[in-house]
Amino acid sequence: MTGRVGESPRRADGPGKVRGDFTYSSDLTIEGMLWGATVRSPHPYARIVAIDTAEARAMPGVVAVLTHEDVPGQQLYGLEIQDQPVLAFDLVRYWGEAVALVAADHPERARRAAQTVRVTYEVLEPLTDPEVALTEAAPRLHPAGNVTRHVRIRHGDQSARADVVVSGEYEIGMQDQAPLGPESGLAIPGAAGSVDLHLATQWLHVDRDQLAGILALEPEKVKLTLAGVGGAFGAREDLSMQAHACMLALRTGRPVKMSYSRPESFVGHVHRHPGKLRYEHGATRDGRLVYVKARVVLDGGAYASSSTAVIANACCFALGPYECPNATVDGWVVYTNNPPCGAMRGFGSVQNCYAHEAQMDKLAAALEMDPVELRMRNAMKTGSRLITGQVVEGPAPVAELLDRVKSFPLPVQGRGSGRGANTELDLTQMPGGVSNTTHGEGVVRGVGYAVGFKNVGYSEGFDDYSTARVRLSVVDGRPRAEVHTAAAEVGQGLVTVQAQIAATELGVSDVVVLDADTQVGSAGSSSASRQTYITGGAVKAACEAVRERVLALARSELGRKEVRLEGDAAVSAEGTVIATLATLLGDAVIEETREFRPRRTHRLDSETGQANAHLQYAFAAHRAVVDVDTELGLVKVVELATAQDVGKAINPQAVEGQLEGGAAQGLGLAVMEEIQVKDGVIRNASFTDYLLPTILDMPPVRMDILELGDPISPYGLKGVGEPPTISSGPAIVAAIRAATGRPINRVPVRPQDLVDT
Amino acid sequence: MRIACTVNGRPRVAEDVWEGASLLAVLREHLGLPGSKNACEQGECGSCSVYLDGRLVCACLVLGGQAQGREVVTVEGLASKDELHPVQEAFLEAGAVQCGFCTPGFVVAAHDLLTRKPQPTDVEIREALAGNICRCTGYAKIIDAVHLAAERMAPR
Repeated sequence: MTGRVGESPRRADGPGKVRGDFTYSSDLTIEGMLWGATVRSPHPYARIVAIDTAEARAMPGVVAVLTHEDVPGQQLYGLEIQDQPVLAFDLVRYWGEAVALVAADHPERARRAAQTVRVTYEVLEPLTDPEVALTEAAPRLHPAGNVTRHVRIRHGDQSARADVVVSGEYEIGMQDQAPLGPESGLAIPGAAGSVDLHLATQWLHVDRDQLAGILALEPEKVKLTLAGVGGAFGAREDLSMQAHACMLALRTGRPVKMSYSRPESFVGHVHRHPGKLRYEHGATRDGRLVYVKARVVLDGGAYASSSTAVIANACCFALGPYECPNATVDGWVVYTNNPPCGAMRGFGSVQNCYAHEAQMDKLAAALEMDPVELRMRNAMKTGSRLITGQVVEGPAPVAELLDRVKSFPLPVQGRGSGRGANTELDLTQMPGGVSNTTHGEGVVRGVGYAVGFKNVGYSEGFDDYSTARVRLSVVDGRPRAEVHTAAAEVGQGLVTVQAQIAATELGVSDVVVLDADTQVGSAGSSSASRQTYITGGAVKAACEAVRERVLALARSELGRKEVRLEGDAAVSAEGTVIATLATLLGDAVIEETREFRPRRTHRLDSETGQANAHLQYAFAAHRAVVDVDTELGLVKVVELATAQDVGKAINPQAVEGQLEGGAAQGLGLAVMEEIQVKDGVIRNASFTDYLLPTILDMPPVRMDILELGDPISPYGLKGVGEPPTISSGPAIVAAIRAATGRPINRVPVRPQDLVDT
Repeated sequence: MRIACTVNGRPRVAEDVWEGASLLAVLREHLGLPGSKNACEQGECGSCSVYLDGRLVCACLVLGGQAQGREVVTVEGLASKDELHPVQEAFLEAGAVQCGFCTPGFVVAAHDLLTRKPQPTDVEIREALAGNICRCTGYAKIIDAVHLAAERMAPR
């Protein structure tokens, strides 16, 4: 029984996931398959002088060793700029870049053979400082120079002055998406030079189109099927092992599996851009923003990935969800020899939120005003104008969200929450936790607030659409709807949501969502909080088309004018069953395919940054309560509270899961997670050294979910997935500042930032 | 190398195992049991949690050869043929599953906790599951699921 829109049915993929028999991309296996391994650069910047594969080729069990000379088609790929080699030639530009491939009959043989591939490098001085990369004197890492994109936004009076001015510079560390499922997949050579790839990705069709170019095959000869995806969060937007596995399979004529280890995963996908943001806010004495000047520099690393879109977001939303008559924003994303950066949940709106929210607190302090009051006074609302000139349509309840998180009762100090709490001192609730480093001595509490927003869906004129095929027929005497899209279920619950929409629109209880593959049109990426809106919209449209045909059939067969579909039957206006769908349909199969395209967006003007560049905005606010051990510099996030407008909760339980899980990733960047890069080399590429929030780190999340209804989206829904990751971290840092009185201008906050050493 | 052990109540033999293979690799690559997951292979994430002679271990930290003659229970061994174990049922119902890659490890670790402590508090749940990483859920619904399972498993 499939639930309807607004209900929380169990996930269709849930039973397999709890039993352990759901097949993830790393679980795939087939008789006679080979294992692929990748030879990677030990240098962040070097010239390749020679590659000697003779020893590797001679090893037992090794079937193929490939280099850039074996790439059948395009040597370069990339989501927006084709600048990244499939396998490095001439230069390697980051530590861990893929240089050669091995296929062998056992994973360990493949790994050992990869170690024997002799690559002679002429080591070059890596360019690792983004500020240096911006200068004319810096070496050019790519032919077009080191600036991947400069976004310039000029809004209002450029020489505005204000009575009260605050400024600050903020630094954001490099965060990893760390999806638990490794990059992995199985490529199977097919007839007439074709290839079947089963994999974990966020967007099947963009992978297919890039693979067709790399493999020099017609797109029809590259068939992709989504295997189980162990999380994504942006890490699976770019190609990782896809082209490599296909090349090895096509060369050897045998199926080839590739599955990265965790250390390899850290160099196998892009990361959240680290950044430096310099801000100046001017306001009137009664707390009205007069102007904001922002300078944003993001380190894009060695290749462009989605950097050009990330910097656009960082600039468009640089001020946060506030009204401000004047703004001057300049953002650059640059090439360096650091690890490549691209998409991660929040996509450019996370970095700037740390800066604009720190600035709002600083301004409140300068004005001697309550920080929430200052935010509410300047809060964006319906009809407000963004700094890009676009008018905010639909609900924009920024002040209400702040008011709601402020209204939640505050937790009692020193006591836990949940069952079994409040009876004695709970060490898990103290900074340092069960390490027993304090029983409260030197511990101070702070409360902080933050609010953020971002775009839902693709922006700047990108042709955003999704495709759905819906088929209604009678199976074993009962009506069944089959939904086929290429949309990637990455854990968010999209398969369930698609089924709920079909059940609602067609009034049937048996809905099957088919495997996502490239045998149906593109769904776009499971990114930008867009799938429930865009693919949900496509499923709804295809269902409506099927429904029209069923109702036409009902009218002609049954001679009734007023008919609707409900409870697996055609029913009258009064709700009485006229005919079961099984009877009405008989042997008929009704199938419709629809594309759903939301409203068009437009590219930012290159001089002024003005445009109607975005489709929809999603807002969330957070309040954080922290305890800080001021002697040891340890932080315990005691509680998070959030309020978010989701327009319409299609699946309330899944919405809650997004709010809780997204907040955990925000907490990670605020106080734990950072890829530490020194001279271009990652120093902590493992889960031992890259610290992810555990169940002991993550506090309870109080939440208020608003359903204010967007006037133009399907069911009034708003994208949900990213806002929880935007303002949660900044609220935590605000709370740490409130607790300690320290400025804190860098995340993640480290112990040495909290004690005098 | 040849390894003979009992897995999920059945005697099993893994042939041609590389001497360096972990128990996790033996389960996944030789015995057709990929339910135990390979997220970090370093004992940090708990996604490969299994029972070895009744004790909760990370299968990635156990050498395959160490399982010789011993008894292994994996996530695949918890459900009966037609019915999920109450812990599995509770994870589904509470919404504790998103991408699900951590789920087998959490299910086994929660099963172990409830065997030792049938009515755990939040604090006990947090402490017991601190060796398992979930990147999707933020853990709240996992805590809910363990309470729900405890209620369901309580003798009436």
